Amino acid sequence: MTSATAQAPAKNGRGTLYRGYGGMWSWVGHRITGVVIFFYLLVHVLDTSLVRVSPEAYDAVIGSYKNPLFALGEAGLVAAVLFHALNGLRIILVDFWKGGTKHQKTLLWVVLGLWVVLTLGFCVRHFMLAFGGM
Amino acid sequence: MSTAAETTIAAPRSTRVDAKYTRDKGKKGNFEMFAWLFMRVSGVILVVLVFGHLFSNLMLGEGIHGVDFGFVAGKWADPIWMFWDLVMLWLAMLHGANGVRTIINDYAQRDGVRFWLSMILYVATAAIIILGTLVIFTFEPCMVDATGQLLSGTPAFCAG
Repeated sequence: MTSATAQAPAKNGRGTLYRGYGGMWSWVGHRITGVVIFFYLLVHVLDTSLVRVSPEAYDAVIGSYKNPLFALGEAGLVAAVLFHALNGLRIILVDFWKGGTKHQKTLLWVVLGLWVVLTLGFCVRHFMLAFGGM
Repeated sequence: MSTAAETTIAAPRSTRVDAKYTRDKGKKGNFEMFAWLFMRVSGVILVVLVFGHLFSNLMLGEGIHGVDFGFVAGKWADPIWMFWDLVMLWLAMLHGANGVRTIINDYAQRDGVRFWLSMILYVATAAIIILGTLVIFTFEPCMVDATGQLLSGTPAFCAG
């Protein structure tokens, strides 16, 4: 019953296999960053809720965010949020924009380019503020 | 062997699908389609809300060193920031919970494991949304102790 046409390789020699290329890796990255952000969000609502306990309790916990190690963690978290946001917008374009599938490879490079630029921009400002100096 | 230069993919046999593959039109309704659409709509709104949040809290002024109880009090004195944070809380939690639900359904193969992981997810999500909503609406910048004394760390305007 297998039709010959269904298995004909595409011109680029890769066939129609999704696995192993940019589309799959961005999907993996989207899942991992999504889970990381979700667990951080649970913790972040809990730490913010300390404003209902006392100013001292909130300031003590938020004080730990000002530690240099946390500044690196925040940079990692923002890098994850930026990737998830940009890749999410790419997914929306692929789903809803007529040219989305045709330009999917270009879109992925645009996502990666913007991600690097915005993450570096955030890190420069954030590290200057977090590690004193200004 | 096919010698055609152009790749041709067989058309989907959508008009003659075996009965056992037809979708359940019963109790579940269009839930999965609405969940799919919700991820895209909430995603676009969250891009604006989350980056506005990160920019105002970490990039402006003293950045992370400016965040303390008084900073939160200053933000929530403005109903726009209360609304901003409320919508962000609900959309981010529902968007994240639906993403994790999808992941549980993808990887947890045993029915019991999938059921309990989902239950933990739903309870945790509901608890965090309710807690966060109560905190936003019941926030009191000028907290006092049992004797009516202002707590230390309350913003300066409370004493005035």
